[in-house]
Amino acid sequence: MGKTLFDKIWDSHVITDLGNGFVLLHIDRLLLHDMSGGKALKEAIDKGYPPVQPRLIYGTPDHTMSTKPGRTEHTHPPGLPLIKSMRETTSAYGIKLFDLGQDGQGIVHVMGPEQGLTLPGTTLVCGDSHTSTHGGMGALAFGIGSSELVHVIATQTMVQRKPKRMRASFEGKLMPGVTAKDMILHLIGELGTAAGTGYSVEYAGSAVRALPVEARLTLCNLTIEMGARTGMVAPDDTTYEYLAGRDYAPKGAMWDRAVAHWRTLPTDPDAEFDREHTIDMKNVAPQITWGTSPEHVIAVDRAIPDPRTGPEEKRGAWEAALQYQGLEPGKPIEGTPVDWVFIGSCTNSRISDLRAAAEIVKGRHKADHVTAWVVPGSVRIKAEAEAEGLDRVFLDAGFEWREPGCSMCLASNGERVPPGKRSVSTSNRNFVGRQGPGARTHLASPAMAAAAAIKGAIADVRKI
Amino acid sequence: MDKFTKVTGVATPLMRQNVDTDLIIRIERLVDNVTREGLGPYAFEQIRFKPDGSEDPDCIFNQAPYRDAPIILSRENFGCGSSREGAVWALKGMGIKAVIAPYFGDIFNNNCFQNGLLPVALPIHEIEQLADEMKASPGNARITVDLENCQVISPTGRTIPFQVDARRQHAMLNGLDDIALTLSRRDEIEAWQASDKSSRPWVWL
Repeated sequence: MGKTLFDKIWDSHVITDLGNGFVLLHIDRLLLHDMSGGKALKEAIDKGYPPVQPRLIYGTPDHTMSTKPGRTEHTHPPGLPLIKSMRETTSAYGIKLFDLGQDGQGIVHVMGPEQGLTLPGTTLVCGDSHTSTHGGMGALAFGIGSSELVHVIATQTMVQRKPKRMRASFEGKLMPGVTAKDMILHLIGELGTAAGTGYSVEYAGSAVRALPVEARLTLCNLTIEMGARTGMVAPDDTTYEYLAGRDYAPKGAMWDRAVAHWRTLPTDPDAEFDREHTIDMKNVAPQITWGTSPEHVIAVDRAIPDPRTGPEEKRGAWEAALQYQGLEPGKPIEGTPVDWVFIGSCTNSRISDLRAAAEIVKGRHKADHVTAWVVPGSVRIKAEAEAEGLDRVFLDAGFEWREPGCSMCLASNGERVPPGKRSVSTSNRNFVGRQGPGARTHLASPAMAAAAAIKGAIADVRKI
Repeated sequence: MDKFTKVTGVATPLMRQNVDTDLIIRIERLVDNVTREGLGPYAFEQIRFKPDGSEDPDCIFNQAPYRDAPIILSRENFGCGSSREGAVWALKGMGIKAVIAPYFGDIFNNNCFQNGLLPVALPIHEIEQLADEMKASPGNARITVDLENCQVISPTGRTIPFQVDARRQHAMLNGLDDIALTLSRRDEIEAWQASDKSSRPWVWL
């Protein structure tokens, strides 16, 4: 029987079988960010476990840094001890840090692929659940906790149990206004937030093959929102074109050798999955979440669901979500007034995301009552966007054009949506209080978020 | 890691689905200079406290029999969302030793086993019955979670078996440190790396 992409990478990284279903797995890349990176390095060092493979570890500050234009490490003082600790611990062991103000700094899940650190066929971990993003490059990437981080620093390995395999196939062409964000939100809406628990996911099908790399990163980013730690897309020519020439990607003869290896990775035709799910792209419309879980999602032209007609076991959760969100069941979601718009995060802050938003915004102005932010994913993306004049498009439309970081996705740098205010956000979680205590979040694609800023209300991007 | 063998005590029925780690601990508490041990007062702060900082008497964690309960009963997908291990530290800080739910977020589940907090997976109908038995006798009902025998004993004395990986059970019962165990295999790791450097040299920067 053939092997899946996941099995090929997993099996080739098993150092030894530990019994009872556990293996010792080699980790090729460890990425660090300011929330947990410096602390984990310090803990490892203090315990007598200095990093064994510092050249396989890379870091950048993103979570606690202000994104205010002209920011420094002092702009949000609570982040200062974290970045200082990260500097001290990384420099002591020669670990490369893409520091604040330097070329390469950005959201850690934007930085990895951008630098060519994320390679097909590698295992990559980071102390962040959205590490699944890197699977868009054909890497086996997953988020881990602080204790596991210390284990990787100390040993460059992890003790892991093999998950089951799921394949989600998207077949057909993307309908107007539909993006990778809509594909993955639609999938989560169909399967629920726990469908992937205990699974690794491979995204496949003609629609996925046709996606550019940045869209594949978005697709894989939300894998954790359906419960799976890792999601991946098989590498192909699209991947290699994206990767060629990037700073840390192999060069010359080594590149040819690497590509030859990567071409052996895609799932064999006769490989089997524990679960298969197929989505017909004809049924995927632009999505918007209405509740407080990513599975609380509908097409933008639908009505807000009524808990009385929904599944009985979800009734309580739906009622609580509608109450928190201040929404009435049965009413159209389109037209719901919006106070904030956030375009950014490891989900949707890449150059193609900013271009898609700018296309909607160009020649228009945001609604007066809306505060709209654009937070590019990295220093390089910011520079590229400015070279194309995208910053002017946003600024002329009344948006704020900010510095790279995680910002209002999780509000760990103090940048919050105020209590009771409604936000359309291109980020990944609409949990209670995620964007700030009492904040009401609606997840959507960059174009949908831009449309909401222009209309001052949840809007259907197809009508703009 | 702290050992876990058995706990007997009150179980708080927090009977909601998808209790995410943002709800368990807000991210800014992990930015502020709060120690791991000091996170307890901030656990579930969004539901335990009103916006003015006072306790919300409607929150079950603030009600008399449950205030110091060492066990939580919950619905599907407890600990989903962010990988923050602070969620486990905050639960431990508020005195929680075990959480019983139908299933858990994968990363949270792993984090629990790194910290001696036991996640117990039971079918939802068993958990609902445990919650009913707790509520039927508030102040008196007790649940036992026994890792050695892999069983939960209900307030009325019913015995409910649960499953746990043998490796994890052993590590938790003995408070073992994964890192020391892994480093005892240093030769195997280095041999693997040497071989990989010749077969995939482009990975080695």
